[in-house]
Order: sequence, then C-alpha cells, then structure tokens
Amino acid sequence: MRKSAVIKLVKYVILITVCTVLMSPVVVAILGSMRTTGDFTERPFGLPTEGIYWQNYTNVLKNEMFWKSFQSSVLITLGVTLLVTSLASCLAFVFSRISFLGRGLLFNILSFGLLFPLVVAILPIFIQVRSLGLINSLWGVILPLVAFGLPGSVIILRGFFVAIPSELEDAAYIDGCTTIGFFWHILFPMARPAITAVATIQVIAAWNEYFLPLVVLNDSNKWPLPLGIMQFRGQYGADTAGIMAYVTILIIPAVIFYLFMERHIVTGLTGGELKG
Amino acid sequence: MSATRFRVLPRNTQPHAASINWNQRFDKLFTIALFTIPGFSIFLTFLLIPITLTARYSLYEWKGFGDLTSENYAGLGNYQRLYEHDVFHQAVEHTFIIMGLSLLIQLPLALGLALLVGRGELPGRRFFRTLLFIPYVFSEVITALIWQYVYHPRNGLANYTFEKIIPGFESIPWLGEREYVLYAIFAVLTWKFFGFHMLLYMAGLQSIPKDLEEAARIDGAGEWNVLRFVTLPLMGSTIRLTVFLSILGSFQQFVIVNVMTNGGPFYASEVMGTYLYKFGIQRFNLGYGSAIAVVLFFTTLIFSILYQRFVMRAEQEIAR
Repeated sequence: MRKSAVIKLVKYVILITVCTVLMSPVVVAILGSMRTTGDFTERPFGLPTEGIYWQNYTNVLKNEMFWKSFQSSVLITLGVTLLVTSLASCLAFVFSRISFLGRGLLFNILSFGLLFPLVVAILPIFIQVRSLGLINSLWGVILPLVAFGLPGSVIILRGFFVAIPSELEDAAYIDGCTTIGFFWHILFPMARPAITAVATIQVIAAWNEYFLPLVVLNDSNKWPLPLGIMQFRGQYGADTAGIMAYVTILIIPAVIFYLFMERHIVTGLTGGELKG
Repeated sequence: MSATRFRVLPRNTQPHAASINWNQRFDKLFTIALFTIPGFSIFLTFLLIPITLTARYSLYEWKGFGDLTSENYAGLGNYQRLYEHDVFHQAVEHTFIIMGLSLLIQLPLALGLALLVGRGELPGRRFFRTLLFIPYVFSEVITALIWQYVYHPRNGLANYTFEKIIPGFESIPWLGEREYVLYAIFAVLTWKFFGFHMLLYMAGLQSIPKDLEEAARIDGAGEWNVLRFVTLPLMGSTIRLTVFLSILGSFQQFVIVNVMTNGGPFYASEVMGTYLYKFGIQRFNLGYGSAIAVVLFFTTLIFSILYQRFVMRAEQEIAR
C-alpha cells in the first residue's frame, strides 16, 4: 500500500510539472493582455494589480479590420465545413453501400490524396487557383481546403457507414425506400456522431488555416483572422499587450469550442477508438 | 424511382434481365453519379490535377506569365539548380533534424503521458488529459505569437525562468542565434503537436485487452516488465502509425517557422516548407518552385510506400 501511494504521488508531480510548463506561456499571454504594454515589459509576469486594462481589448474590437477578418474566417469555415461534410457523406455512402465496377479504384485514387498535405502541394494549388481566376476570391481558399479535407473525412465516414448493419438497409428497401431515401432518412441520422466529428475537425482546420489564404488572397480586406492578427502585429508591433489581447480574443472561443466538442474531436482524430 | 436492393444484384445480368431492371439500373447509376461527381470534381480540380501538372511546370523556366514554350524549356535545369543550392541543403538537413528529434523526444514524451492519463484509476486524469491536449487546439499562428514572446531576448518567459533556476544564467536571444534557433523551434513544435500523438496512444492503449497484463502480473512480472514485454509490444501498430505521421509531419512544417523566424537568422531555421515559399512563390519562380514541389512529393511518396511495405506490412505478418 505504501509503495502505491508513492507511485501515485510521483505521477501527480510529473503531471503537474508538465501541465505547468505547458500552460505557463498561455497564462502569461492572457495576463499580459490585461495590463498596459509598459507594465507588461517592466514586470512580464505580474498580475493586473491595478484592475484590468480593457483598452487593449477595445482597441482590437474597435478595429475595423478585425471584424472584416472575422467575417472572412466565418465564411471560409462555414463553406469548407458544409461542403466537406456533405460531399464526404455522399462519397462515403457510395463507397460503403453501393457496389459497382471501379469502386475500389475510385476509392484508392481518393485515398491517394492523403499523401499530399496542403503545405507540400501549395505551389500547384496556387498555380491552379490562379489559372481559374480565383485569386483574391474566398472560393480560392474554400475549394482547395475542401479537396484536401475530403480524403480523410471519407475514410472516417466510410468506416462508420460500413458498421451499420445491412439488415437495416434491406428492411428500408423492402418498405419502399429509394437509395437516396435510405441515405437521407436512415444512414445520415445514424451516423451523426461520425459526421459531427468530421465537421468539428474541418471547423478547426479551416478556422486556423494560414498558408493557403496567405498565398491566394492579396486583398487584406479579405484576410481571415490568422492573417489579420499578423497584419495587426505589423501595424502595432510595439504594442505587445495589444497583440496579446488579440491572441486572447482568439484563444478563448477556441478553448470553449474544444471543451464542448472534445469527444467529437477525439472521435474524429482517432477514428472513434477512444472511449471514456 | 422504384425500390432497389443493389447489393444483391448480380454483376453480369442476362440481356433480358437487364431490360427488366433498367429502371433499377438507372436509379443506381443516377445515385452513383449524383453522389460522386461533385466531390470528385473538386478533388480532381484542386488536388490531383494540379499536382500532376507540377511535374510539367518543373521542366520550364517559368515566371508564371505566358505559355510554356520551347524557348523557356529548361529540361532538368531547375532540378540541377536545386541540387546545387546550399540553402536547400540546409533546409533538408533542418527538416531531418526536426524529424529525428520528434522521434526521439516528442513521441516518447507523448507515450509516457498517455500511459499516465490514458487509463487506470488516477483521480483527475481526465482533467489532466484535457489540459495536455489544449495546445493542439490553438492555431499555429497563435502558437508562434505566444512563443515569440516566451523567447523574448530580454524578459521573455524562457530567459526569466532560467535566470530564476540557474544562478548566473545570462539571457539568450533564442531566436536570434544560429545555434539555438532550430532547437527553440523544435520545442514549440513539441508543445503544439505532442497532444495529437498522445491521443493516438491513448486510443491504442484502450484496445489492449486488460487480461493479458493481468496474467503477466499474476505470473509475478513487475510493472516495468509488464510495460516492456506486454503493453508496448501490443501497442506496436499504434507506435508505427505515430512514427509514420510524425515523419510526414516534419516535411510539412511551415507556419510556425514562417511566423517566428521566417527561416532566419541567415537560413539557420530554414525548412523545406519555408524554402519552397521563399524561393518558389515569393520570388514567383513557379518553374523552380514546381521542381521543389516535385522533390517533396517524391520524398513523401517513396517514404510512404516503403514504410507501408516494410514496416506496416511486417506488423500484419506478425498479426497472422
């Protein structure tokens, strides 16, 4: 009994140390955002003893560019998430439920896409987006993100669709359901956890994307938040506390979203293997 | 449209049967087309076709304007320039350093933490698990901005902490010194990405049947031996997967390096992603950039195929 108590203590010490090291940069950034830049540079790790210096936040929130970036981010995220979830569900349905000649080939071609991460393929995409005249258009960001989001999403969804018993499908067809009807009324609702997982992963990926809009969008009025914050830093480089306020404004919704969607994020990343 | 049961339709229907089932066949074809064409056209237009075309662009001295003509045809000239460019050599070397460090430090760290919080009865493990995964949720830009402040040459968190712990420690400009910058960036990459690997390990841990470990314990094996001879071998497939993803991930680093140092000082933190951006896209050398992209594709492709063939397959054979 003695020994197990010591082991437990050691485990806690390790975990608390790791978590402290892990969280301290974030905590310092948030504390910094609550004070003036002068105070922040003088004693970087102090608490906001003179009350929270809200001006850092109002500066960001009154900035017109912040709201434009916010709008772009919302549009890109919505577009990517809706398109990936709907198109990937359709593809996964065909690949799991309808057998036809060439199905395996098509599926392999799609899976092949997993080998090309967006960063590695950025130049070909840039050339293609340019030749289609989509430079400076949000579609030039959305459509490539969809293309790169599809392979992984289809593979996750297909796994879930295959697991749904075929007796259910037979029953539906006997009751006069069409293929599309089966997909829409039975499969889609049943696979909702998997679809939520795929959607959640896409929301995070699209919301955070930096490289593609950097290359595709020249007009700073259309820049999403990750580029917006870089522009803000370019303009107010000396205002460290202000930048930390911008960072905090972006962190808080991300953490809240994560806490709410934790289960789905985990499902999406591990293909549903992690329980409890 | 009539009710159909596609799965039970025979592959080669006789001619007369085909005419009877025409309606059903139409329904099936229609569904396949409706469900695959939109997704596939986006996939082809924005992924497969551009990637294929790159191979052609890479043979031209092309600034992105005008057609590809025999005049600006460069043969393998772009590849030769790339091969001779010492900055590219540095970028490759740095990419491999990051890869090696990830395998040696980041993955064992993730595995150790997964063993602590992935299962068992430790009270509060769920809380720790949530906390440990939080950095993975932040965007790379946010991560880079926060850490740029941590590495501030005068009063950043890193220097401040070391000054408190180590007496006589002198502040280091972490991102400004050639010898430190790559390791400083590696620390950020670990901070950001270990949570993802930890998650995969936790999933792997849960699929291990508990009785096997229990049996070893009953036979008198100590905790360390249970871990070494039972748990870790059973997690083989997960470990192989994370090694694979980690290596592929090292080829893809761009945002954190670009925001924190932009490859500097003097190319000391240049990686393949930033090299491609700087020398291909920013300078609009699209032909040259295509050559870089092709080299990247082939590196990842060959690696993936070899890894799947020799490492992942070995695992399947063991399973048999």
